[in-house]
Amino acid sequence: MKPLPDRLESLLTTLETLDRGDRIQMLIELADQFSPVPPRIAQRPFAADHRVPGCESEAYVWAEPHPSGGLDYYFAVENPQGISAMALAGILGTSLSGAALDEVATVPADVIFRIFGRELSMGKSLGLMGMVNMVRAAARQQQQAAATGK
Amino acid sequence: MSKSIGERGYTKADVLVSTDWVEQHLKDKDVRIAESNEDPLLYSSNHIPGAVEIDWTRDLNDPVRRDYLGRIAFEKLMRRVGATRDTTIVLYGDKNNWWATYAFWLLQLFGHENAKIMDGGRLKWIKENKPVTRDVPKYQPSNYHAPERDDTKFRAFRDQTLKHLERKLPMIDVRSPEEYRGERLHMPDYPNEGALRGGHIPGALNVPWARAVNTDDGTFKDAADLRKIYSEENKLRPEDDVITYCRIGERSSHTWFVLRYLLGFPKVRNYDGSWTEWGNLVQAPVENPSAEARDEAAA
Repeated sequence: MKPLPDRLESLLTTLETLDRGDRIQMLIELADQFSPVPPRIAQRPFAADHRVPGCESEAYVWAEPHPSGGLDYYFAVENPQGISAMALAGILGTSLSGAALDEVATVPADVIFRIFGRELSMGKSLGLMGMVNMVRAAARQQQQAAATGK
Repeated sequence: MSKSIGERGYTKADVLVSTDWVEQHLKDKDVRIAESNEDPLLYSSNHIPGAVEIDWTRDLNDPVRRDYLGRIAFEKLMRRVGATRDTTIVLYGDKNNWWATYAFWLLQLFGHENAKIMDGGRLKWIKENKPVTRDVPKYQPSNYHAPERDDTKFRAFRDQTLKHLERKLPMIDVRSPEEYRGERLHMPDYPNEGALRGGHIPGALNVPWARAVNTDDGTFKDAADLRKIYSEENKLRPEDDVITYCRIGERSSHTWFVLRYLLGFPKVRNYDGSWTEWGNLVQAPVENPSAEARDEAAA
């Protein structure tokens, strides 16, 4: 199993040292700090093919090449009550942007349980996993494009 | 201007309170406001001042087997939030009060009749720029004594649902039309989950739960509009013995609330096993128009 990108592993380690209340506070702070996709990347109405399937918070994901050879990841969360989706977007954006593509492509979707804990509804957890899967898919596509020279 | 709750013709209008009413009772010691959401961060991100959180996974479910909390755990929960049997518990939450009505339904299993739903839920409160806080209140623990949970009046189990089907009594499947038709095993925008077979219980009507709600502000539709949906379109009569179901019993608790309290159907039960149980039951009867259409096309 490939290791997680360093910044993500570090964040997860921090979260796992916190009790539930402190973890929630940290996640809310991350949601508060979340910056949506800049206009140079995408503007409303956002294209449907960037929408995360299965995410009730109407999350969108974009990626653009990073000088390191990886990708920078951008997100929008259209539901103003989508606090968990905003927190996850903030985490994925800051911890995976610029990371090696092979590491991002293998981040397990159930990493969300290390972030939010096991007490998620099935619908909510699968929606959040959809965000992770969308990022993984972007990394895989970039890997394939690099391999074929396109 | 929308009608006030009292003008909407509900059978039991006092089970709903407005956001204004809640704002006027923020410091009422006989009222306990409780938020119940699907999103585990929402309450902590902000909530109505003085509101406690009732978390549907941690607080309302048995942690081991698929069931709800028992009497002792319920008493512990009520004592923690400082409620007595006389406290008016006002529930609100995300998703048009879907989780709030789920918690309300559970309160009724323990006979806490003095409970209400804040019409419009969390989103209406936020849209009206009413006060919110991140301060978590602490209340003096109460000495709440609950009766044993009574699953006979408002809850249906699979064998009862099967008998209901055999007797051709009305059932309402409150899931999306796609789930009902067996085209998907989950609600729109939710990934697949939880059941091996798609479709619906034979004979069940399909009335998606959210039809009972005004889309602009999340409030409940007035009684005349609700009767059009349930009585005129779907031919349900108040004297009917009705079972509602969805995927795990959460959306159907919303419809249970509408039928029982807003339209005055005295005999409505929520089958909380719902499709995640029925769709996995060996030899359970299923209607799946989608699969039947595929079979016909292939023949």
